[in-house]
Amino acid sequence: MSLDKDQVQQIATLARLKLKPEEHAELVDKLSRIVDFVDHLSAADTEGVIPMAHPLDVAQRLRQDVVTEPNERDRYQENAPSVTEGLYLVPKVIE
Amino acid sequence: MDLHAKTLTELAAGLDSGDYLSVELTQALLDRIAAHDEKLNAMITVTGDEALAAAAKADADRAAGNAGTLCGLPLIHKDIFCTRGVRTSCGSKMLDNFVSPYDATVVERLAAAGAVMLGKANMDEFAMGSSNETSYYGPVRNPWDLDRSPGGSSGGSAASVAARFTPAATATDTGGSIRQPAALTNTIGIKPTYGRVSRYGMVAFASSLDQAGVITRTAEDAARLLGVMAGFDERDSTCLDEPVPDYAADLGNSIKGLKIGVVRQHFDEGLDADCGARVREAIAALESLGATAVEVDMPNIDLSVPTYYVVAPAECSSNLSRFDGVRFGHRAKDTGDLFDLYCRSRGEGFGDEVKRRIMTGTYVLSAGYYDAYYLKAQQVRHLIADDFKRAFEDVDVIAGPTSPTAAFKLGAKVDDPITMYLNDIYTIGANLGGFPAMSIPCGFVGGLPVGLHLVGHHFDESALLRCAHAYQQETDWHTRCPEGFA
Repeated sequence: MSLDKDQVQQIATLARLKLKPEEHAELVDKLSRIVDFVDHLSAADTEGVIPMAHPLDVAQRLRQDVVTEPNERDRYQENAPSVTEGLYLVPKVIE
Repeated sequence: MDLHAKTLTELAAGLDSGDYLSVELTQALLDRIAAHDEKLNAMITVTGDEALAAAAKADADRAAGNAGTLCGLPLIHKDIFCTRGVRTSCGSKMLDNFVSPYDATVVERLAAAGAVMLGKANMDEFAMGSSNETSYYGPVRNPWDLDRSPGGSSGGSAASVAARFTPAATATDTGGSIRQPAALTNTIGIKPTYGRVSRYGMVAFASSLDQAGVITRTAEDAARLLGVMAGFDERDSTCLDEPVPDYAADLGNSIKGLKIGVVRQHFDEGLDADCGARVREAIAALESLGATAVEVDMPNIDLSVPTYYVVAPAECSSNLSRFDGVRFGHRAKDTGDLFDLYCRSRGEGFGDEVKRRIMTGTYVLSAGYYDAYYLKAQQVRHLIADDFKRAFEDVDVIAGPTSPTAAFKLGAKVDDPITMYLNDIYTIGANLGGFPAMSIPCGFVGGLPVGLHLVGHHFDESALLRCAHAYQQETDWHTRCPEGFA
Protein backbone atom coordinates (compact mmCIF):
# COMPACT_ATOMS: atom_id res chain seq x y z
CA MET A 1 0.00 0.00 0.00
CA SER A 2 1.50 3.32 -1.01
CA LEU A 3 -0.92 5.19 1.29
CA ASP A 4 -1.78 4.29 4.89
CA LYS A 5 -4.89 4.96 6.95
CA ASP A 6 -3.56 8.15 8.49
CA GLN A 7 -2.55 9.62 5.15
CA VAL A 8 -6.01 8.90 3.73
CA GLN A 9 -7.59 10.62 6.75
CA GLN A 10 -5.31 13.60 6.24
CA ILE A 11 -6.34 13.88 2.57
CA ALA A 12 -10.02 13.56 3.53
CA THR A 13 -9.61 16.39 6.03
CA LEU A 14 -7.97 18.60 3.41
CA ALA A 15 -10.77 17.73 0.97
CA ARG A 16 -13.47 18.37 3.60
CA LEU A 17 -14.97 14.90 3.24
CA LYS A 18 -16.35 12.94 6.16
CA LEU A 19 -15.81 9.26 5.43
CA LYS A 20 -17.67 6.32 6.93
CA PRO A 21 -15.31 3.66 8.40
CA GLU A 22 -15.98 1.26 5.50
CA GLU A 23 -15.37 4.04 2.96
CA HIS A 24 -12.11 4.89 4.68
CA ALA A 25 -10.85 1.29 4.49
CA GLU A 26 -11.82 0.99 0.84
CA LEU A 27 -10.13 4.28 -0.06
CA VAL A 28 -6.83 3.12 1.47
CA ASP A 29 -6.86 0.25 -1.03
CA LYS A 30 -8.24 2.07 -4.08
CA LEU A 31 -6.32 5.32 -3.69
CA SER A 32 -3.11 3.34 -3.27
CA ARG A 33 -3.83 1.55 -6.55
CA ILE A 34 -4.54 4.84 -8.31
CA VAL A 35 -1.36 6.43 -6.93
CA ASP A 36 0.69 3.37 -7.98
CA PHE A 37 -0.84 3.65 -11.44
CA VAL A 38 -0.06 7.35 -11.93
CA ASP A 39 3.46 6.70 -10.62
CA HIS A 40 4.19 5.41 -14.16
CA LEU A 41 4.73 9.06 -15.01
CA SER A 42 7.94 9.16 -13.02
CA ALA A 43 9.64 7.10 -15.75
CA ALA A 44 9.01 9.77 -18.42
CA ASP A 45 11.94 11.97 -19.40
CA THR A 46 10.63 15.52 -18.97
CA GLU A 47 13.95 17.29 -18.66
CA GLY A 48 13.43 20.84 -19.92
CA VAL A 49 9.78 20.31 -20.93
CA ILE A 50 7.51 23.26 -20.17
CA PRO A 51 4.42 22.25 -18.17
CA MET A 52 1.29 22.74 -20.26
CA ALA A 53 -0.83 25.63 -19.07
CA HIS A 54 -3.44 25.62 -21.85
CA PRO A 55 -4.25 22.90 -24.41
CA LEU A 56 -3.84 25.37 -27.26
CA ASP A 57 -0.91 27.24 -25.73
CA VAL A 58 -2.79 30.53 -25.81
CA ALA A 59 -2.82 33.22 -23.15
CA GLN A 60 -5.88 34.01 -21.10
CA ARG A 61 -8.14 36.61 -22.67
CA LEU A 62 -8.73 39.77 -20.64
CA ARG A 63 -11.81 41.99 -20.60
CA GLN A 64 -12.67 45.48 -19.44
CA ASP A 65 -13.41 45.63 -15.72
CA VAL A 66 -16.99 46.84 -16.08
CA VAL A 67 -20.26 45.67 -14.54
CA THR A 68 -22.17 43.47 -16.97
CA GLU A 69 -24.51 41.44 -14.75
CA PRO A 70 -27.53 42.65 -12.77
CA ASN A 71 -27.94 41.79 -9.10
CA GLU A 72 -30.26 38.79 -8.85
CA ARG A 73 -29.48 37.72 -5.31
CA ASP A 74 -33.02 36.75 -4.35
CA ARG A 75 -33.41 34.43 -7.33
CA TYR A 76 -30.03 32.80 -6.75
CA GLN A 77 -30.75 32.30 -3.07
CA GLU A 78 -33.83 30.22 -3.88
CA ASN A 79 -31.39 27.27 -4.07
CA ALA A 80 -29.76 27.99 -0.72
CA PRO A 81 -30.45 25.61 2.17
CA SER A 82 -30.75 28.42 4.71
CA VAL A 83 -30.94 32.21 4.25
CA THR A 84 -32.30 35.19 6.09
CA GLU A 85 -32.50 38.83 4.96
CA GLY A 86 -30.34 38.03 1.96
CA LEU A 87 -27.62 36.36 4.03
CA TYR A 88 -26.51 32.71 3.91
CA LEU A 89 -26.78 31.06 7.31
CA VAL A 90 -24.08 28.76 8.68
CA PRO A 91 -23.35 27.43 12.19
CA LYS A 92 -21.87 29.97 14.59
CA VAL A 93 -18.21 30.63 13.65
CA ILE A 94 -17.14 33.23 16.24
CA GLU A 95 -17.72 32.54 19.93
CA MET B 1 -45.69 7.65 -39.37
CA ASP B 2 -42.54 6.48 -37.61
CA LEU B 3 -41.29 9.92 -36.72
CA HIS B 4 -38.89 8.56 -34.10
CA ALA B 5 -36.90 6.72 -36.77
CA LYS B 6 -36.12 9.92 -38.68
CA THR B 7 -32.95 11.96 -38.43
CA LEU B 8 -32.92 15.61 -37.48
CA THR B 9 -32.35 16.57 -41.11
CA GLU B 10 -35.31 14.46 -42.27
CA LEU B 11 -37.52 15.91 -39.55
CA ALA B 12 -36.54 19.43 -40.55
CA ALA B 13 -37.68 18.72 -44.09
CA GLY B 14 -40.96 17.20 -42.84
CA LEU B 15 -41.70 20.21 -40.66
CA ASP B 16 -40.79 22.59 -43.48
CA SER B 17 -43.15 20.92 -45.92
CA GLY B 18 -45.95 20.76 -43.35
CA ASP B 19 -46.17 16.96 -43.18
CA TYR B 20 -46.56 17.25 -39.40
CA LEU B 21 -46.37 19.84 -36.67
CA SER B 22 -43.68 20.07 -34.02
CA VAL B 23 -46.40 19.53 -31.40
CA GLU B 24 -47.25 16.15 -33.00
CA LEU B 25 -43.60 15.18 -33.31
CA THR B 26 -42.86 16.22 -29.72
CA GLN B 27 -45.85 14.30 -28.37
CA ALA B 28 -44.84 11.19 -30.32
CA LEU B 29 -41.34 11.25 -28.83
CA LEU B 30 -42.61 11.98 -25.30
CA ASP B 31 -44.94 8.96 -25.65
CA ARG B 32 -42.02 6.85 -26.78
CA ILE B 33 -39.89 7.91 -23.82
CA ALA B 34 -42.79 7.14 -21.46
CA ALA B 35 -43.21 3.68 -23.01
CA HIS B 36 -39.55 2.62 -23.15
CA ASP B 37 -37.45 4.47 -20.60
CA GLU B 38 -38.35 2.08 -17.80
CA LYS B 39 -36.06 -0.41 -19.59
CA LEU B 40 -33.16 2.01 -20.11
CA ASN B 41 -33.21 4.65 -17.34
CA ALA B 42 -31.73 7.09 -19.87
CA MET B 43 -33.66 10.07 -18.51
CA ILE B 44 -33.37 11.88 -15.19
CA THR B 45 -36.07 14.46 -15.91
CA VAL B 46 -38.65 14.54 -18.72
CA THR B 47 -39.91 18.06 -19.39
CA GLY B 48 -43.17 17.22 -21.19
CA ASP B 49 -45.12 20.42 -20.48
CA GLU B 50 -42.22 22.70 -21.32
CA ALA B 51 -41.52 20.69 -24.49
CA LEU B 52 -45.08 20.93 -25.75
CA ALA B 53 -45.17 24.66 -25.03
CA ALA B 54 -41.88 25.17 -26.91
CA ALA B 55 -43.18 23.05 -29.79
CA ALA B 56 -46.39 25.09 -30.01
CA LYS B 57 -44.34 28.27 -30.11
CA ALA B 58 -42.13 26.77 -32.83
CA ASP B 59 -45.20 25.86 -34.89
CA ALA B 60 -46.50 29.43 -34.53
CA ASP B 61 -43.10 30.88 -35.47
CA ARG B 62 -42.96 28.68 -38.54
CA ALA B 63 -46.51 29.65 -39.57
CA ALA B 64 -45.50 33.30 -39.20
CA GLY B 65 -42.42 32.76 -41.38
CA ASN B 66 -39.97 33.12 -38.49
CA ALA B 67 -38.52 29.61 -38.41
CA GLY B 68 -34.98 29.42 -36.94
CA THR B 69 -32.52 26.83 -38.19
CA LEU B 70 -33.70 24.22 -35.66
CA CYS B 71 -37.33 25.36 -35.45
CA GLY B 72 -39.43 22.69 -33.74
CA LEU B 73 -36.71 20.02 -33.76
CA PRO B 74 -36.46 17.85 -30.63
CA LEU B 75 -33.39 17.16 -28.54
CA ILE B 76 -32.34 15.98 -25.10
CA HIS B 77 -29.77 17.75 -22.93
CA LYS B 78 -27.25 15.93 -20.80
CA ASP B 79 -28.12 16.82 -17.20
CA ILE B 80 -24.80 18.64 -16.83
CA PHE B 81 -26.12 21.69 -18.74
CA CYS B 82 -27.91 24.27 -16.64
CA THR B 83 -31.52 24.74 -17.71
CA ARG B 84 -33.41 27.66 -16.24
CA GLY B 85 -36.33 26.57 -14.06
CA VAL B 86 -35.54 22.85 -14.57
CA ARG B 87 -33.59 20.67 -12.15
CA THR B 88 -29.93 20.28 -13.15
CA SER B 89 -28.64 17.33 -11.11
CA CYS B 90 -25.37 16.39 -12.84
CA GLY B 91 -26.23 12.82 -11.82
CA SER B 92 -25.49 13.63 -8.17
CA LYS B 93 -27.33 13.59 -4.87
CA MET B 94 -25.45 16.84 -4.24
CA LEU B 95 -27.56 18.63 -6.88
CA ASP B 96 -30.73 16.55 -6.61
CA ASN B 97 -32.59 19.66 -5.40
CA PHE B 98 -30.85 22.21 -7.65
CA VAL B 99 -33.11 24.17 -10.01
CA SER B 100 -30.88 26.26 -12.22
CA PRO B 101 -31.56 30.00 -12.20
CA TYR B 102 -30.06 30.39 -15.69
CA ASP B 103 -29.47 28.61 -19.02
CA ALA B 104 -26.10 27.34 -20.22
CA THR B 105 -24.93 29.08 -23.41
CA VAL B 106 -25.34 25.79 -25.31
CA VAL B 107 -28.94 25.50 -24.09
CA GLU B 108 -29.65 29.15 -24.84
CA ARG B 109 -28.27 28.99 -28.39
CA LEU B 110 -30.10 25.78 -29.30
CA ALA B 111 -33.37 27.14 -27.86
CA ALA B 112 -32.92 30.43 -29.71
CA ALA B 113 -32.61 28.45 -32.95
CA GLY B 114 -35.97 26.85 -32.14
CA ALA B 115 -34.94 23.46 -30.71
CA VAL B 116 -37.39 21.76 -28.33
CA MET B 117 -35.93 20.16 -25.18
CA LEU B 118 -37.63 16.86 -24.33
CA GLY B 119 -35.77 16.40 -21.05
CA LYS B 120 -32.48 15.84 -19.27
CA ALA B 121 -30.38 12.73 -19.79
CA ASN B 122 -28.82 10.48 -17.16
CA MET B 123 -25.03 10.53 -16.76
CA ASP B 124 -22.20 9.44 -14.50
CA GLU B 125 -22.06 11.59 -11.38
CA PHE B 126 -20.38 14.90 -12.28
CA ALA B 127 -19.37 13.17 -15.56
CA MET B 128 -16.89 10.98 -13.66
CA GLY B 129 -17.19 7.48 -15.02
CA SER B 130 -17.08 5.40 -18.18
CA SER B 131 -20.14 3.20 -17.65
CA ASN B 132 -22.91 5.46 -16.34
CA GLU B 133 -22.88 3.34 -13.17
CA THR B 134 -21.78 6.19 -10.88
CA SER B 135 -25.06 8.09 -11.38
CA TYR B 136 -27.08 8.77 -8.23
CA TYR B 137 -30.12 7.90 -10.37
CA GLY B 138 -28.90 4.42 -11.23
CA PRO B 139 -27.13 3.01 -14.28
CA VAL B 140 -28.34 3.48 -17.84
CA ARG B 141 -28.82 0.25 -19.80
CA ASN B 142 -27.53 -0.21 -23.33
CA PRO B 143 -30.41 -0.61 -25.80
CA TRP B 144 -28.28 -3.16 -27.71
CA ASP B 145 -28.18 -5.46 -24.67
CA LEU B 146 -29.97 -4.43 -21.49
CA ASP B 147 -27.44 -6.27 -19.30
CA ARG B 148 -24.65 -4.09 -20.65
CA SER B 149 -23.47 -0.55 -20.06
CA PRO B 150 -23.96 2.14 -22.73
CA GLY B 151 -20.63 3.63 -21.63
CA GLY B 152 -20.22 6.98 -19.96
CA SER B 153 -20.29 9.56 -18.84
CA SER B 154 -22.83 10.62 -21.50
CA GLY B 155 -24.56 7.22 -21.27
CA GLY B 156 -28.09 8.65 -21.13
CA SER B 157 -27.48 10.90 -24.14
CA ALA B 158 -26.11 7.99 -26.20
CA ALA B 159 -28.77 5.48 -25.14
CA SER B 160 -31.59 7.93 -25.85
CA VAL B 161 -30.31 8.59 -29.38
CA ALA B 162 -29.68 4.86 -30.03
CA ALA B 163 -33.18 3.95 -28.77
CA ARG B 164 -34.77 6.62 -30.99
CA PHE B 165 -36.12 8.72 -28.11
CA THR B 166 -34.60 11.69 -29.90
CA PRO B 167 -32.55 12.25 -33.06
CA ALA B 168 -29.93 14.18 -31.07
CA ALA B 169 -28.63 14.84 -27.60
CA THR B 170 -26.05 17.21 -26.18
CA ALA B 171 -23.13 15.64 -24.31
CA THR B 172 -19.79 16.55 -22.78
CA ASP B 173 -16.35 14.99 -23.03
CA THR B 174 -13.45 15.32 -20.59
CA GLY B 175 -11.61 12.08 -21.42
CA GLY B 176 -13.94 10.29 -23.85
CA SER B 177 -17.39 10.84 -22.37
CA ILE B 178 -19.03 11.65 -25.72
CA ARG B 179 -17.09 9.26 -27.94
CA GLN B 180 -16.94 6.06 -25.87
CA PRO B 181 -20.73 5.93 -25.25
CA ALA B 182 -21.30 6.78 -28.92
CA ALA B 183 -19.10 3.83 -29.93
CA LEU B 184 -20.88 1.46 -27.55
CA THR B 185 -24.37 2.42 -28.79
CA ASN B 186 -23.87 2.74 -32.58
CA THR B 187 -24.19 6.51 -32.62
CA ILE B 188 -22.10 9.46 -33.82
CA GLY B 189 -20.36 11.45 -31.11
CA ILE B 190 -18.24 14.54 -31.70
CA LYS B 191 -16.10 16.46 -29.23
CA PRO B 192 -15.02 19.74 -30.83
CA THR B 193 -11.71 21.55 -30.32
CA TYR B 194 -11.16 22.76 -26.75
CA GLY B 195 -12.65 26.25 -26.55
CA ARG B 196 -14.82 25.86 -29.65
CA VAL B 197 -18.07 25.59 -27.68
CA SER B 198 -18.81 27.66 -24.58
CA ARG B 199 -18.60 25.92 -21.22
CA TYR B 200 -20.74 28.59 -19.57
CA GLY B 201 -23.45 26.87 -17.55
CA MET B 202 -21.90 23.44 -18.04
CA VAL B 203 -21.13 22.05 -14.58
CA ALA B 204 -17.32 21.99 -14.40
CA PHE B 205 -15.35 18.75 -13.92
CA ALA B 206 -11.85 19.44 -15.31
CA SER B 207 -11.85 22.87 -16.89
CA SER B 208 -8.78 22.47 -19.12
CA LEU B 209 -10.24 19.29 -20.66
CA ASP B 210 -14.07 19.67 -20.65
CA GLN B 211 -15.76 20.33 -23.96
CA ALA B 212 -19.40 20.18 -25.09
CA GLY B 213 -20.53 18.33 -28.18
CA VAL B 214 -23.37 16.23 -29.58
CA ILE B 215 -24.51 12.66 -30.09
CA THR B 216 -26.60 11.96 -33.20
CA ARG B 217 -27.09 9.14 -35.69
CA THR B 218 -25.61 10.94 -38.70
CA ALA B 219 -22.69 13.27 -39.37
CA GLU B 220 -25.12 15.55 -41.18
CA ASP B 221 -27.15 16.07 -37.99
CA ALA B 222 -24.02 16.60 -35.91
CA ALA B 223 -22.83 19.29 -38.35
CA ARG B 224 -26.19 21.03 -38.21
CA LEU B 225 -26.18 21.21 -34.39
CA LEU B 226 -22.52 22.05 -33.98
CA GLY B 227 -22.97 25.02 -36.31
CA VAL B 228 -25.47 26.45 -33.83
CA MET B 229 -23.54 25.58 -30.65
CA ALA B 230 -20.03 26.64 -31.66
CA GLY B 231 -18.55 30.08 -31.52
CA PHE B 232 -17.21 32.74 -29.20
CA ASP B 233 -18.95 33.44 -25.90
CA GLU B 234 -17.95 36.36 -23.71
CA ARG B 235 -19.12 34.39 -20.66
CA ASP B 236 -16.53 31.61 -20.95
CA SER B 237 -13.01 33.01 -20.61
CA THR B 238 -11.53 29.94 -22.35
CA CYS B 239 -13.93 30.04 -25.31
CA LEU B 240 -11.87 30.94 -28.37
CA ASP B 241 -12.68 33.73 -30.78
CA GLU B 242 -12.15 31.79 -34.00
CA PRO B 243 -14.43 31.83 -37.05
CA VAL B 244 -16.78 28.84 -37.20
CA PRO B 245 -16.88 27.22 -40.63
CA ASP B 246 -20.16 26.20 -42.24
CA TYR B 247 -19.91 22.57 -41.15
CA ALA B 248 -23.04 21.51 -43.03
CA ALA B 249 -21.83 23.05 -46.30
CA ASP B 250 -18.38 21.42 -45.90
CA LEU B 251 -19.90 17.94 -45.58
CA GLY B 252 -20.30 17.38 -49.29
CA ASN B 253 -16.62 17.97 -50.07
CA SER B 254 -14.74 14.88 -51.18
CA ILE B 255 -12.15 13.16 -48.99
CA LYS B 256 -9.97 12.41 -52.02
CA GLY B 257 -6.36 13.03 -51.12
CA LEU B 258 -7.08 13.22 -47.39
CA LYS B 259 -4.23 11.71 -45.41
CA ILE B 260 -5.10 9.45 -42.48
CA GLY B 261 -2.58 8.60 -39.78
CA VAL B 262 -2.99 5.27 -38.03
CA VAL B 263 -1.37 5.20 -34.61
CA ARG B 264 0.75 2.07 -34.30
CA GLN B 265 0.41 2.01 -30.49
CA HIS B 266 -3.41 1.92 -30.70
CA PHE B 267 -3.46 -1.55 -32.21
CA ASP B 268 -1.25 -3.14 -29.56
CA GLU B 269 -2.43 -5.74 -27.07
CA GLY B 270 -5.34 -4.42 -25.02
CA LEU B 271 -7.49 -3.95 -28.12
CA ASP B 272 -10.07 -6.68 -28.72
CA ALA B 273 -9.03 -8.38 -31.97
CA ASP B 274 -12.51 -8.36 -33.52
CA CYS B 275 -13.01 -4.67 -32.70
CA GLY B 276 -9.60 -4.00 -34.25
CA ALA B 277 -10.66 -5.81 -37.40
CA ARG B 278 -13.81 -3.65 -37.76
CA VAL B 279 -11.71 -0.50 -37.35
CA ARG B 280 -9.17 -1.68 -39.95
CA GLU B 281 -12.06 -2.36 -42.36
CA ALA B 282 -13.41 1.14 -41.79
CA ILE B 283 -10.02 2.71 -42.50
CA ALA B 284 -9.82 0.60 -45.68
CA ALA B 285 -13.27 1.90 -46.65
CA LEU B 286 -12.06 5.48 -46.25
CA GLU B 287 -9.09 4.60 -48.47
CA SER B 288 -11.44 3.28 -51.12
CA LEU B 289 -13.14 6.70 -51.01
CA GLY B 290 -9.87 8.36 -51.96
CA ALA B 291 -8.06 8.86 -48.67
CA THR B 292 -4.60 7.45 -48.04
CA ALA B 293 -3.50 5.85 -44.78
CA VAL B 294 -0.03 5.90 -43.28
CA GLU B 295 1.24 4.60 -39.97
CA VAL B 296 2.21 7.20 -37.38
CA ASP B 297 4.23 6.78 -34.23
CA MET B 298 3.24 8.49 -30.99
CA PRO B 299 5.91 7.51 -28.48
CA ASN B 300 4.28 9.18 -25.46
CA ILE B 301 0.67 8.18 -26.08
CA ASP B 302 0.86 5.25 -23.63
CA LEU B 303 1.22 7.79 -20.81
CA SER B 304 -2.15 9.41 -21.63
CA VAL B 305 -4.17 7.60 -18.97
CA PRO B 306 -1.83 8.19 -16.01
CA THR B 307 -1.40 11.82 -17.10
CA TYR B 308 -5.15 12.26 -17.25
CA TYR B 309 -5.66 10.68 -13.82
CA VAL B 310 -3.45 13.34 -12.30
CA VAL B 311 -4.66 16.39 -14.23
CA ALA B 312 -8.40 15.64 -14.23
CA PRO B 313 -8.71 14.78 -10.50
CA ALA B 314 -6.57 17.81 -9.61
CA GLU B 315 -8.91 20.13 -11.48
CA CYS B 316 -11.96 18.29 -10.16
CA SER B 317 -10.86 18.61 -6.54
CA SER B 318 -10.57 22.35 -7.07
CA ASN B 319 -13.81 22.76 -9.06
CA LEU B 320 -15.92 20.68 -6.69
CA SER B 321 -14.81 22.67 -3.67
CA ARG B 322 -17.74 24.98 -4.48
CA PHE B 323 -20.13 22.35 -3.13
CA ASP B 324 -20.05 23.36 0.50
CA GLY B 325 -23.65 22.95 1.65
CA VAL B 326 -24.00 26.72 2.06
CA ARG B 327 -25.08 28.41 -1.17
CA PHE B 328 -26.77 25.56 -3.05
CA GLY B 329 -26.83 21.79 -3.16
CA HIS B 330 -27.13 19.17 -0.46
CA ARG B 331 -26.72 20.19 3.19
CA ALA B 332 -26.38 17.64 5.99
CA LYS B 333 -28.83 17.86 8.88
CA ASP B 334 -28.02 18.46 12.55
CA THR B 335 -24.41 19.42 11.98
CA GLY B 336 -22.03 20.76 14.62
CA ASP B 337 -19.64 23.53 13.63
CA LEU B 338 -18.96 24.90 10.14
CA PHE B 339 -16.17 22.39 9.49
CA ASP B 340 -18.56 19.55 10.34
CA LEU B 341 -21.20 21.06 8.03
CA TYR B 342 -18.74 21.11 5.12
CA CYS B 343 -17.43 17.60 5.72
CA ARG B 344 -20.78 15.92 6.30
CA SER B 345 -22.61 17.74 3.49
CA ARG B 346 -19.87 16.67 1.06
CA GLY B 347 -19.54 13.19 2.55
CA GLU B 348 -23.27 12.59 2.09
CA GLY B 349 -23.72 14.44 -1.21
CA PHE B 350 -20.94 12.85 -3.26
CA GLY B 351 -20.80 9.22 -4.42
CA ASP B 352 -17.82 6.85 -4.24
CA GLU B 353 -16.15 7.64 -7.57
CA VAL B 354 -16.44 11.40 -7.11
CA LYS B 355 -14.88 11.06 -3.65
CA ARG B 356 -12.03 8.98 -5.09
CA ARG B 357 -11.31 11.67 -7.68
CA ILE B 358 -11.50 14.53 -5.19
CA MET B 359 -9.15 12.60 -2.88
CA THR B 360 -6.72 11.79 -5.71
CA GLY B 361 -6.72 15.42 -6.81
CA THR B 362 -6.23 16.70 -3.29
CA TYR B 363 -3.29 14.33 -2.84
CA VAL B 364 -1.49 15.27 -6.07
CA LEU B 365 -1.88 18.97 -5.33
CA SER B 366 -0.85 18.76 -1.68
CA ALA B 367 2.40 20.18 -0.34
CA GLY B 368 5.35 17.91 -1.07
CA TYR B 369 3.62 16.01 -3.91
CA TYR B 370 2.79 18.82 -6.35
CA ASP B 371 6.06 18.62 -8.31
CA ALA B 372 6.16 14.84 -8.47
CA TYR B 373 2.60 14.48 -9.73
CA TYR B 374 0.84 17.60 -10.97
CA LEU B 375 3.78 19.42 -12.50
CA LYS B 376 5.16 16.18 -13.94
CA ALA B 377 1.79 15.34 -15.49
CA GLN B 378 1.53 18.79 -17.09
CA GLN B 379 4.97 18.23 -18.62
CA VAL B 380 4.03 14.80 -19.97
CA ARG B 381 0.83 16.37 -21.26
CA HIS B 382 2.96 18.66 -23.40
CA LEU B 383 4.91 15.68 -24.76
CA ILE B 384 1.66 13.94 -25.71
CA ALA B 385 0.24 17.07 -27.38
CA ASP B 386 3.53 17.42 -29.28
CA ASP B 387 3.18 13.83 -30.53
CA PHE B 388 -0.15 14.82 -32.07
CA LYS B 389 1.20 18.08 -33.52
CA ARG B 390 4.11 16.22 -35.11
CA ALA B 391 1.68 13.72 -36.64
CA PHE B 392 -0.51 16.53 -38.00
CA GLU B 393 2.46 17.97 -39.90
CA ASP B 394 2.04 14.95 -42.15
CA VAL B 395 -1.59 13.82 -41.89
CA ASP B 396 -5.06 15.44 -41.82
CA VAL B 397 -6.77 13.09 -39.38
CA ILE B 398 -5.71 10.32 -37.04
CA ALA B 399 -7.80 7.14 -37.05
CA GLY B 400 -8.10 4.20 -34.67
CA PRO B 401 -10.49 2.43 -32.32
CA THR B 402 -12.68 4.48 -29.94
CA SER B 403 -12.81 1.85 -27.22
CA PRO B 404 -10.75 -1.28 -26.47
CA THR B 405 -13.85 -3.52 -26.41
CA ALA B 406 -17.54 -3.42 -27.32
CA ALA B 407 -20.07 -2.74 -24.53
CA PHE B 408 -19.25 -4.57 -21.28
CA LYS B 409 -21.64 -6.01 -18.71
CA LEU B 410 -22.99 -3.74 -15.99
CA GLY B 411 -21.03 -4.42 -12.81
CA ALA B 412 -18.06 -5.95 -14.66
CA LYS B 413 -15.58 -3.13 -14.01
CA VAL B 414 -17.20 -1.11 -11.28
CA ASP B 415 -15.01 -2.45 -8.47
CA ASP B 416 -11.70 -1.76 -10.16
CA PRO B 417 -11.05 1.92 -10.92
CA ILE B 418 -7.93 1.24 -13.03
CA THR B 419 -9.72 -1.21 -15.35
CA MET B 420 -12.52 1.34 -15.71
CA TYR B 421 -10.07 4.16 -16.43
CA LEU B 422 -8.42 2.16 -19.22
CA ASN B 423 -11.68 2.30 -21.22
CA ASP B 424 -10.63 5.76 -22.30
CA ILE B 425 -7.09 4.83 -23.37
CA TYR B 426 -7.67 5.84 -27.02
CA THR B 427 -9.78 8.93 -26.41
CA ILE B 428 -7.95 10.81 -23.63
CA GLY B 429 -5.08 12.04 -25.84
CA ALA B 430 -7.42 14.33 -27.79
CA ASN B 431 -8.57 16.00 -24.57
CA LEU B 432 -5.04 16.43 -23.25
CA GLY B 433 -4.06 18.23 -26.47
CA GLY B 434 -7.39 20.03 -27.02
CA PHE B 435 -7.93 18.35 -30.41
CA PRO B 436 -11.38 17.72 -31.96
CA ALA B 437 -12.36 14.05 -32.13
CA MET B 438 -15.25 11.88 -33.15
CA SER B 439 -16.61 8.34 -32.99
CA ILE B 440 -18.43 6.83 -35.96
CA PRO B 441 -20.41 3.54 -36.08
CA CYS B 442 -18.26 1.06 -38.07
CA GLY B 443 -19.76 -2.39 -37.58
CA PHE B 444 -20.55 -5.02 -34.99
CA VAL B 445 -18.88 -7.71 -32.91
CA GLY B 446 -21.21 -10.36 -31.49
CA GLY B 447 -24.22 -8.11 -32.08
CA LEU B 448 -22.62 -5.15 -30.28
CA PRO B 449 -21.56 -1.90 -32.00
CA VAL B 450 -17.96 -0.80 -32.61
CA GLY B 451 -16.75 2.77 -33.16
CA LEU B 452 -14.10 4.25 -35.44
CA HIS B 453 -12.24 7.08 -33.71
CA LEU B 454 -10.99 10.11 -35.65
CA VAL B 455 -8.91 12.97 -34.26
CA GLY B 456 -8.35 16.20 -36.20
CA HIS B 457 -6.06 19.18 -35.90
CA HIS B 458 -7.15 22.18 -33.84
CA PHE B 459 -10.33 23.78 -35.24
CA ASP B 460 -10.62 21.21 -38.03
CA GLU B 461 -13.89 19.56 -37.01
CA SER B 462 -14.81 19.80 -40.70
CA ALA B 463 -12.29 17.13 -41.70
CA LEU B 464 -13.81 14.70 -39.18
CA LEU B 465 -17.39 15.43 -40.22
CA ARG B 466 -16.48 15.12 -43.90
CA CYS B 467 -14.89 11.67 -43.32
CA ALA B 468 -17.87 10.54 -41.29
CA HIS B 469 -20.36 11.79 -43.86
CA ALA B 470 -18.51 10.18 -46.77
CA TYR B 471 -18.33 6.91 -44.82
CA GLN B 472 -22.04 7.04 -43.95
CA GLN B 473 -22.92 7.48 -47.63
CA GLU B 474 -21.21 4.17 -48.37
CA THR B 475 -22.18 2.13 -45.30
CA ASP B 476 -25.39 1.49 -43.40
CA TRP B 477 -24.09 0.61 -39.93
CA HIS B 478 -25.55 3.81 -38.50
CA THR B 479 -29.04 2.89 -39.69
CA ARG B 480 -29.07 -0.34 -37.66
CA CYS B 481 -31.49 -0.12 -34.77
CA PRO B 482 -31.39 -2.18 -31.56
CA GLU B 483 -34.07 -4.90 -31.37
CA GLY B 484 -37.19 -3.71 -29.61
CA PHE B 485 -36.52 -0.06 -30.47
CA ALA B 486 -37.35 0.00 -34.19
